[in-house]
Amino acid sequence: MTEIWDGLIKAIELIISLDPEVMEIAGRSLRISGTACLLASLICLPLGSLIHFHQFRGKRVLINIIQALFSLPSVIIGLFVFVLFSRAGPLGELGILFTPIAMIIGQMILITPILLGLTISALSGVAKEIVDTATSLGASDFQITLLVLREARYAVVAAVILGFGRAISEVGCALMVGGNLKGFTRVMTTAISLETSKGELELSLALGIILLLLALIVNIALYRLQQR
Amino acid sequence: MSLIELVGLSHRYGSREVLKGLNLSIGKGEVFAVIGPTGAGKTTLLRIIDLLEVPSAGEVYFDGKRVPGSRKQRLEIRRRMSFVHQKPQVFNLSVYDNVACGLRWRGEEKHRIAEKVDLILKMVGLEGYKNRNARTLSGGEAQRVALARSLVLEPEVLLLDEPTANLDPVSSAKIEQVISYVARQHNTTMIMSTHDMSQGRQLADRIGVLIDGRLVQTGNADDIFYSPKNEEVANFVGVENVLEGVIITNSDGIVTVKIGPHRIGIQAVSNYPAGKEVYACIRPEDITLAPIFHRSSARNYFQGKVTRVTTLGPLSRVEIDCGFRLVALVTKISAEELNLQEGKEVCATFKATGVHIIERGVNQ
Repeated sequence: MTEIWDGLIKAIELIISLDPEVMEIAGRSLRISGTACLLASLICLPLGSLIHFHQFRGKRVLINIIQALFSLPSVIIGLFVFVLFSRAGPLGELGILFTPIAMIIGQMILITPILLGLTISALSGVAKEIVDTATSLGASDFQITLLVLREARYAVVAAVILGFGRAISEVGCALMVGGNLKGFTRVMTTAISLETSKGELELSLALGIILLLLALIVNIALYRLQQR
Repeated sequence: MSLIELVGLSHRYGSREVLKGLNLSIGKGEVFAVIGPTGAGKTTLLRIIDLLEVPSAGEVYFDGKRVPGSRKQRLEIRRRMSFVHQKPQVFNLSVYDNVACGLRWRGEEKHRIAEKVDLILKMVGLEGYKNRNARTLSGGEAQRVALARSLVLEPEVLLLDEPTANLDPVSSAKIEQVISYVARQHNTTMIMSTHDMSQGRQLADRIGVLIDGRLVQTGNADDIFYSPKNEEVANFVGVENVLEGVIITNSDGIVTVKIGPHRIGIQAVSNYPAGKEVYACIRPEDITLAPIFHRSSARNYFQGKVTRVTTLGPLSRVEIDCGFRLVALVTKISAEELNLQEGKEVCATFKATGVHIIERGVNQ
């Protein structure tokens, strides 16, 4: 018990003193997951709109599949990306395995179902009459899509924040395709996992607290959005 | 020349036929009201004119040209019109942004948008609401935003679906005032649907009665209200007394109609020959009530008992049993003076010219 207390106190010291290693790892986490979330959003928001605004065969099935993929385990994506970019794999030539790029790709794949699914459901929440009204006022298809995204902005932003939360908190994929290389691909979750197994509790706890704080900030942001 | 022409227009939703072979031509600058009961197809008709729906059959012509099928060309035509939907759907944006969006979509310059929006908000009486989120407005205010949003586009054709349904009287009056101002000042062609007969009568140049997907009658207000073409129209436009009968004599255009199985005859003006099965329609406001029989120039006198009196604002609706059921509308004051109440004996009189005869068994 004293070990945990000591660890906790040291962890808080590390955070307050802005320990370079802690800050570096936290910063890398934010950069990698932030980039993954941004890129995935750039793909998923238009793609989600496209799926929502078009009628095609198998649309319902597609949406069901997307929703089922919400709970895709990150290690499976890790495995998939690993196989894809390993030396012998189809994209092995690129040599990006164990780099932040591979981690970004992995996290993008991980959160794509969430972003797509939640974007579609956010857009479905906008009344059909809004689309009719915009059409009557002379909006083109593209202008209608922008308006509807804007109408659904709180729900869409909530989807993006949720996607970011999932990306920054996952460990399986980051570990498998990033390799937890110190100063290069070591992020908060992989560092926590490694330091804990080494018995270095204070660093783990410090990173854990930062991760929790981030989760709290994300949640407060979500809550405030929904209050509007 | 007609601006909008509909030829043989039919529309179905699934297996339900909503519009049935409709022909209509609306001229430039005309204010046309479509009246009809709920579910008659008024909204569908407006949606087709606004090119929101492609009719199942028939043609739509706009400004002399057949409406094309491509989305881009339809958008171009749609941008010359504007449609105020029945339930005002304001966007979750400020009042200003709501009103400005149509202009922005048309690529209007920023300062021009600001000028136009300010002007139109003043016109609908919402100048102080610019920065409010439109979702926080009351129903009447939201409807005025919706109207402003359409008017600011200065459309050639303004489509209004039940523009004052479910609104408070102040908002309704404001909206009616704006509509008639725009119709006069800008010579805007307007097509409005309403189930409020008095509104159609007050605002429109011409009225079309849409019942069960068919345009049963079109004409000016007097045609529709005093000479309904058939029983359906008569019932809808508020001719409460539609009496089934047979013409027994016709002398020089004055006919006597025997009502139902009774031996009661009503005198009316008509050219139908004896033997014709008809409906005799009498508007309740054309019936005069008196406490006792007294002579006047009116040809029809019926003694009867009051069976029911209901008050409708300044008017009283009086049901009388005089061998057949008659409904009369009198002012509340005269109802009080006549001491009209259940069981009271009264004399109902109406002129032969106040009876409109329609043939039975047509247009059914």
